[in-house]
Amino acid sequence: MSGHVLKLRSDLAAKIQAHGMQTYPHECCGAILGREADGSREVLALLPLANRRDDSPRNRFEVTPGDVQLAEKMAREKKVELIGWYHSHPDAPAKPSEFDREHAWPWYSYVIVSVRAGQPREMNSWRLQDDRAGYDSEAIESPPRPASI
Amino acid sequence: MAVKVMIPTPLRAYAGKQESVDISATTVGEALRGLTDQYADLKKHLYSDDGRLRSFVNVYVNDEDIRYAQKDQTPVRDGDTVSIVPSIAGGRKN
Repeated sequence: MSGHVLKLRSDLAAKIQAHGMQTYPHECCGAILGREADGSREVLALLPLANRRDDSPRNRFEVTPGDVQLAEKMAREKKVELIGWYHSHPDAPAKPSEFDREHAWPWYSYVIVSVRAGQPREMNSWRLQDDRAGYDSEAIESPPRPASI
Repeated sequence: MAVKVMIPTPLRAYAGKQESVDISATTVGEALRGLTDQYADLKKHLYSDDGRLRSFVNVYVNDEDIRYAQKDQTPVRDGDTVSIVPSIAGGRKN
């Protein structure tokens, strides 16, 4: 374990699950906005985005650089940071694939929700290691008090 | 005088925690080489093992995508801004 913690309110977790159900059997994706202070990272808002991989949406997702810039702009306007990304794995575990690893950067939180037969299952968060060799698991905790922007 | 290379938030830890780095260069390729010579830990996150820019890494001179210009030979002038913007991609196993 890495010691990384991502605070994610239950209503925001439910929003990720609902997005994964809505797009099933295709992958969903979106941006995660939040704050990081004293080593603690908290999700404050989500920005659901369109999966641009029209050719293979069942097992791939893509957020275009234009959508990345849109998410960065929204984060600046809300005075928060773009801290990561979420996507679903339809009928597959909530673990990063080799394809995920090849297309990731460190620092971002990568939240993956497994959706099986249209129903959301486990949700995990991951951080790419500095040497790109693999991922560290990031514990998801539900904060006791609501926080929002 | 130099070009300003904007460092995306996830990679700032590998560039002295700076938001931007000024580099003297005449092409984008030179600017990125100058950046990764100065901050070697950045290289693996921008380039694959074969030395090519990773497929999800997009580079802009001011607002122009270099893929639609002259790629790494795209000329840069003093005062230009070079931005590095990722595409976010992934997905489950086949």
